[in-house]
Amino acid sequence: MSDITIDVKLDCTGMLCPMPVVKTRKAIKGMEVGQVLEMISTDPGSMPDMHAWAKQTQHELLEARDEGENVFRFIIKKTH
Amino acid sequence: MAGENGNGKPHKLALIASRGTLDWAYPPFILASAAAAMDWDVAIFFTFYGLPLLKKDLKATVTPLGNPAMPMKMPFGSESFQKINWPIPNLLMGNIPGFESMATGLMKKMFKNKGVATVAELREACVDMDVQLIGCQMTMDVFGFEKEDFIEEAEVGGAASFLSYAADASISLFI
Repeated sequence: MSDITIDVKLDCTGMLCPMPVVKTRKAIKGMEVGQVLEMISTDPGSMPDMHAWAKQTQHELLEARDEGENVFRFIIKKTH
Repeated sequence: MAGENGNGKPHKLALIASRGTLDWAYPPFILASAAAAMDWDVAIFFTFYGLPLLKKDLKATVTPLGNPAMPMKMPFGSESFQKINWPIPNLLMGNIPGFESMATGLMKKMFKNKGVATVAELREACVDMDVQLIGCQMTMDVFGFEKEDFIEEAEVGGAASFLSYAADASISLFI
């Protein structure tokens, strides 16, 4: 995944549901189509929630990784 | 298109918020903000004791009285201390003056410590994402609320307005 360029970074550390998806939506709204967002969260619930969010919004979840020690990293491409 | 319901239109979520205590204020605002974050159309219809959630000055409180399953935990001290569920009889809690404001303070503190957004923050997120916030005109009249008491984004409507919105909603919930 080293060939992906991150355009925008969003830190949702310490936030609980529903703030990671709310903040992600806001960040995506402010981006251009094709740009890539990296979101970091510490809420284990954000793993299923980000998959659901991507399914609903049709933005591309390029990566959803459990980094260990309650850190979760998501790479999302704005598709529309 | 994103968040579609299968007919080319975005999903719609229709909520009725009928309770205004701190604990019951969370579910409608959490669901509404999460749905709006997924590009759904969302409306919350506030009626009866849900109406105060539209007030400019949001002051939701919580009481253990009539909430027998509400855990009584302390948001400070060691981890093992914080995990203690204090066995205080419900009838006793409800009758001690000041217990309600203490319970409210403890719940707010616990939510804050865990990283939960405040009800006001969630409402603000809903407003930012164009969630429709509709006050029930009839109960406003009954309980003496004026539209001016509410945040300016609040609209006013009746049962028919809600039903018309909910008629083609993917999900409708009474909270």
